[in-house]
Amino acid sequence: MTATTPQTPATPATAPRFAAPPPAPPWWARLGGPAAFTAVALLALVAAPLLLEPFRLNLLAKYLCYAIVGLGIGLAWGQGGMLVIGQGVFFGLGGYAMGMYLKLHEAGGDLPDFMVWSGVERLPALWAPFASPAFSLVFAVAGPMALAGLLGTLVFRRRVRGAYFAILTQALAAATVILLVGRQGLTGGTNGLTNFFELFGQDLAADGTQRGLYLVVAVVLGVLYLGARQLLRSRFGRLLIAVRDGEDRVRFLGYDPATVKTLTFAVSAGMAGLAGALFVPVVGIISPALLGVVPSLELVVAVAVGGRFSLAGAILGAVVMGQARTTFSEQFADGWLYLQGALFIVVMTLAPRGLAGLAGTAREMWSSRRARA
Amino acid sequence: MNGALLEVRDLSVVFDGYRALAGVDLTVQPGELRFLIGPNGAGKTTLVDAITGLTRPAGGTVRFEGRDLAGRAEHEIVRLGVGRTFQTSVVFEGLTVVENLDLAASFRRPLWALVRRRRGVSDQVAGALEIIGLAELADRPAGVLSHGQRQWLEIGMLIVQAPRLLLLDEPVAGMSAAERERTGELLTRIAADHTVIVIEHDMEFLRRYASAVTVLHEGRVLVEGPVDQVRDDPRVQEVYLGRPREGAAGGATGGPVAAVTAAAAPPGGGGTE
Repeated sequence: MTATTPQTPATPATAPRFAAPPPAPPWWARLGGPAAFTAVALLALVAAPLLLEPFRLNLLAKYLCYAIVGLGIGLAWGQGGMLVIGQGVFFGLGGYAMGMYLKLHEAGGDLPDFMVWSGVERLPALWAPFASPAFSLVFAVAGPMALAGLLGTLVFRRRVRGAYFAILTQALAAATVILLVGRQGLTGGTNGLTNFFELFGQDLAADGTQRGLYLVVAVVLGVLYLGARQLLRSRFGRLLIAVRDGEDRVRFLGYDPATVKTLTFAVSAGMAGLAGALFVPVVGIISPALLGVVPSLELVVAVAVGGRFSLAGAILGAVVMGQARTTFSEQFADGWLYLQGALFIVVMTLAPRGLAGLAGTAREMWSSRRARA
Repeated sequence: MNGALLEVRDLSVVFDGYRALAGVDLTVQPGELRFLIGPNGAGKTTLVDAITGLTRPAGGTVRFEGRDLAGRAEHEIVRLGVGRTFQTSVVFEGLTVVENLDLAASFRRPLWALVRRRRGVSDQVAGALEIIGLAELADRPAGVLSHGQRQWLEIGMLIVQAPRLLLLDEPVAGMSAAERERTGELLTRIAADHTVIVIEHDMEFLRRYASAVTVLHEGRVLVEGPVDQVRDDPRVQEVYLGRPREGAAGGATGGPVAAVTAAAAPPGGGGTE
């Protein structure tokens, strides 16, 4: 009795049969072919620094920092199904690490200015290691990863997920702000850390320094994007999607979804931390207002608008929403919040795949029309 | 008994006071193909759930190759070599057929090794594709598969994991006649070199492919033995066809049957062997 009986005439008519499997490239490949990537990279690395005035270039650098956070959100939320609405915590952790280094460098052996105003007399032990730029940079990435790893281990093992996990990340963001504001002498309170003048011997106010910083941010974003894309195409990426679509089934494949989710969450947190560290010299400040609940949510909205299922979409969303915010705020001071909310609702109801999804649909329509012609 | 692959002893599962399993004993030897039947609510799926770690037993033991499975997480039990399918097949619709199989096949790789990209199709996966007859659809997303094809894919995902015990929960439920036929062939082929437990409702399928059968009824083992012997057993006929005076056990619902219980099986009725 062999099982090689070929398709008997009784093969059910309902079974979809395809003469030849169409070589349909996966959606992310369509969105980010090497050509498109090169074009965007040239635009960002060559055209933008040449064409944009320093003020605009600095703003773009800021958006690109947000885009790095967005990339992490796209990874955790779009691919891994973990709605992270408290990424500001990790962004802030990276930002404060960098801010503390800059502050100590500025003070040159004395106490940072705000500590003097707050009546602090000796440098707190927590601050001491941040005198080293290397430690600060490593901590900016490793700190958030460790925190996310710890949180993920505690939470995902207990099978907390969905809205409960989302609320937890948000609560963490809220608690962090309260903590930062409350410890004025240690953190600079509501004002945060600011008044930075120098980074690695370069004048932060100089156009040249800012152009260099912009390039660093753009390159970091590009490298992280390529890395994330590679990760998604690996077996780990397939596993991540499987966890998103059927966590319980994944267990019966012999994988522990908690590990997969924790690792991904940690990677997205590391990205946010690095973004925070880059953000501080670009923008010149890190404060609780930049990392609380609202900024965290705004980034999620931006990723949703850009298209959370696509890494390129997540980046696009962060940049577009950043620019839109600036443009709008320049014209109508208060209008932006309403527009942002409306945009979010429209995208979620009408185009859940965001701008990237619209682009994909447009391309499919275009190619099918060409095929018919 | 020594050398048994699976030994379930006095297993009980309680849901909110309802005893879904009330002391089940089950012994499966290596190489066996065992069918598990019983009316609705008999506890077949619950038994499989308890073996695979999805449900916590209230009492009793499950030993697989001499190791106690109690308290282990689902994925750990899979790693010990126990694989299962579900009544409603769950394949990853966003992944292609090959990716589904490849992911299943990679489960013993360390996590860091998963970060590398898949290159081509491993022999294991190619072999499984051939066995389950989905080679043509290899690069299609699993979301386009028909119900029957999904079940085959799930079985394929089990095969590539080379489990020492396969538990199939109603593999032919909802299938067309032709699909049943193919599933039967698939089952025969798999059973040749695997130990398999199949839950099945379909009597025709049972008659064609089963040899040894265990009948569950109201959370206990009612009868166990070769298929002919089980079929002719008056207790089994009673459970499936209902007794003239009570008509409730015809398999319509699980709940009311509880009223008829005690008289149906002699106390301790699990010990047939």
